[in-house]
Amino acid sequence: MSIEIRHLSKQFGTFAALRDINLKIHSGELLALLGPSGSGKTTLLRVIAGLETADSGQVLFNNEDATSQHIRDRQVGFVFQHYALFRNMTIFENVAFGLRVRPRQNRLKDQEIHERVTNLLKLVQLDWLANRYPHQLSGGQRQRIALARALAVEPKVLLLDEPFGALDAKVRKELRTWLRRLHDDMHITSIFVTHDQEEALEVSDRVVVMNEGRIEQVGTPDEVYERPANPFVYEFLGHVNLFHGRVHQGRAWIGDVAIDAPEHAEAENLAAVAYVRPHDIEVDRAINGESALSAHVVHILSVGPVVRLELAHQDNQNKSLIQVEISKERFRDLQLVKGDQVFIKPRRLDLFPHQLH
Amino acid sequence: MSTFKQHSVLPGFNLALGFTILYLSLIVLIPLSAVFIRTAELTWSEFWATATSPRVLASYRLTFGASFAAALTNAVFGLLVAWVLVRYHFPGKRIVDALIDLPFALPTAVAGIALTALYAGNGWIGQLLEPLGIKVAFTPIGVYVALTFIGLPFVVRTVQPVLEDIETELEEAAAMLGASQLQTFLRIIFPTIFPALLTGFALAFARAIGEYGSVIFIAGNMPMISEITPLLIITKLEQYDFAGATAIAVVMLTISFILLLIINLLQWWSRRRNA
Repeated sequence: MSIEIRHLSKQFGTFAALRDINLKIHSGELLALLGPSGSGKTTLLRVIAGLETADSGQVLFNNEDATSQHIRDRQVGFVFQHYALFRNMTIFENVAFGLRVRPRQNRLKDQEIHERVTNLLKLVQLDWLANRYPHQLSGGQRQRIALARALAVEPKVLLLDEPFGALDAKVRKELRTWLRRLHDDMHITSIFVTHDQEEALEVSDRVVVMNEGRIEQVGTPDEVYERPANPFVYEFLGHVNLFHGRVHQGRAWIGDVAIDAPEHAEAENLAAVAYVRPHDIEVDRAINGESALSAHVVHILSVGPVVRLELAHQDNQNKSLIQVEISKERFRDLQLVKGDQVFIKPRRLDLFPHQLH
Repeated sequence: MSTFKQHSVLPGFNLALGFTILYLSLIVLIPLSAVFIRTAELTWSEFWATATSPRVLASYRLTFGASFAAALTNAVFGLLVAWVLVRYHFPGKRIVDALIDLPFALPTAVAGIALTALYAGNGWIGQLLEPLGIKVAFTPIGVYVALTFIGLPFVVRTVQPVLEDIETELEEAAAMLGASQLQTFLRIIFPTIFPALLTGFALAFARAIGEYGSVIFIAGNMPMISEITPLLIITKLEQYDFAGATAIAVVMLTISFILLLIINLLQWWSRRRNA
C-alpha cells in the first residue's frame, strides 16, 4: 500500500512538532525516519498510525483519504520501542490477540488461529517460547514477538517506533539485518523511526532526515550520505570536519589552500563553510606540489582496519580537532607518532556559502 | 542442605526474621492466643451453646453478609473512583483525592453519628427514601451503608498505583490490533489490576468485619435483625461474661482467618498467572 502525506502540521502547545510535511511512500518500500529527538519523527509515525491527529493536512492510503479513519480500520501494524507486550498473556496469546478480538462474523476458527500464530512464531524463530510469559523473555526476543503480533492481523503497512532503541548494541545489529531480510521476503510497506544514522543507512531503501518538524532531505542512503542537501544533514550523518573559508569564482579558499569548486562559479568572494568527511582528507609528511594546511597529530586511534587521527590545525578559529581516517597501510607508510607535523588537503568537500555558524 | 535459609547479598536475614517473629508475637499472636486460652475455661458444650445460639448466629450472618456486600460494592465503585482519579484531569482533583482518605482519619463514632443523622426518617436522605418504603437507619441496610463508607479508601488506594503504572502504550497496542475499548479493558487492563483489586477487597472486607463504632449508631441494634457480632461481644463483656465473649470472638476470628486465607490464596494464584 502506498502512503501519501500532504501538508501535515501538528502543534503541541507552543511547540511545533510537524510543520507542513509532504511525503510519498511507495508500496513495498522500507523507509527510515531519521532525526534527533524532538525532530517530529515519532509524531509523524503516530499520525500515520492514527494514534495522533494532525492539526491540518491529510494522510492518504492508496490515494484514499485516511485522515479521519479510525485506528482499527487503517490496517496498520505498530511496533513500540518498549514492546508493549501484554504481561498477563502467554507469548502465544499475545500474537493471537489481534485475531481473537475480531467481530464474531469474521473471526477465524480456533484451528486456523493456532496455525497462523504458530507460523508467525516460526517466522520470528521463537516458536519454542509459545507458552512463556513476556517477562521471561530477553529484550530482543520480546521485540520479535511484538513484530509477530503486529503481523498477525495482516496489516497493509508496518510502522516501527525506534524498534531497537531499548536493546544493546549486539542485539541491535542482529535484529537490524533480520528485519531487512524479513522485509525482503514480505514486501510490506514499512516505516521505521530511528535516531541512529547507522541503522537508518544500513536497513532502509530510503531515508527521510527530519529536524525541528521539517523534512531536511529525502533520498537513498547513498544520496543522503554522499550528497547531503544542507549543513544539518551533513552534520547529522556521520563524522564531518568544518572549515571556514571563502569562495570566489569557482575556487574555494581554506587558509592558503585553494580547491576547485566549479558549482560555485558565480560566487564573488563569499564567506563559506566547507564540510569534509574524515576519509576525504589526504595526509602527508611534506607539501607535494600545491599548498596544504599544516597541522600536528594530537591523538592516534589505530584499532581496526581504519586508523583515526585527530589533528590540531594552527590557525583554526574554533579550536576543534580535525578528524582524519586513513588506511592501515597508509598509516604504516607515514610512520606517524603523536606530535608529528603533517600537511593535509581535502580531497573532496562540500561548500555552503553564507552558512556561517 | 536447607532450602529455608537462602544466601543473600543483604545481611541480617536471621536478625530480621527473628525481629519479625518477635514483633508479630507481641502485637498479634500473644493477644490472640489469650482469647483462645480464656475460651478454654468453657466446656465444649458450653462453648457450642454460646457460639451457636440463634441470636449469635443471626449476628454472624449480618456481620459477614453486610461486610461482604460492602466490600463488593467498594470493589466496584472504588475501582471506578480510582479510574477517574488516574485517567482524567478535572478541577478540584486534588481535593477529591484527599477526600478519599477521610474515612481513614475520621473517628468511626463521628461517621456513625453523621450517617445516622442523614439516613434517619427525618434526615436529609432518609426523608427522601421513607416515602419509597426504604428504611436505611436502624436496619441491616444501615449496617451495610456504614461498612461501605469505612471500606472505600482501601480499594481506591490499592488499585490507584497499579492503574497509574499501566502504560498507555498497552492500550494503543491493543487498539492497533483491532480491539474495542471494552475488549481492551476486559482483556488487558482488568487482568492487570485484578490482584490489586482483590487486595483492596480483602482489606475492606477485613476492616468491615471488625468495625464497631460507626455501625452501632446507625444499626439500631435490634436482636436477630440489626445486631452485629462485635456488639454482642461488648454486651457480654458488660455482663462480665468474659468466657462467653471470647467464645464468640474465637468463632469470628476463625471464620475471618479462613476467609482471608482463601482471598490470599486467590491473590497468589492470580498474581502467578499474571506475573
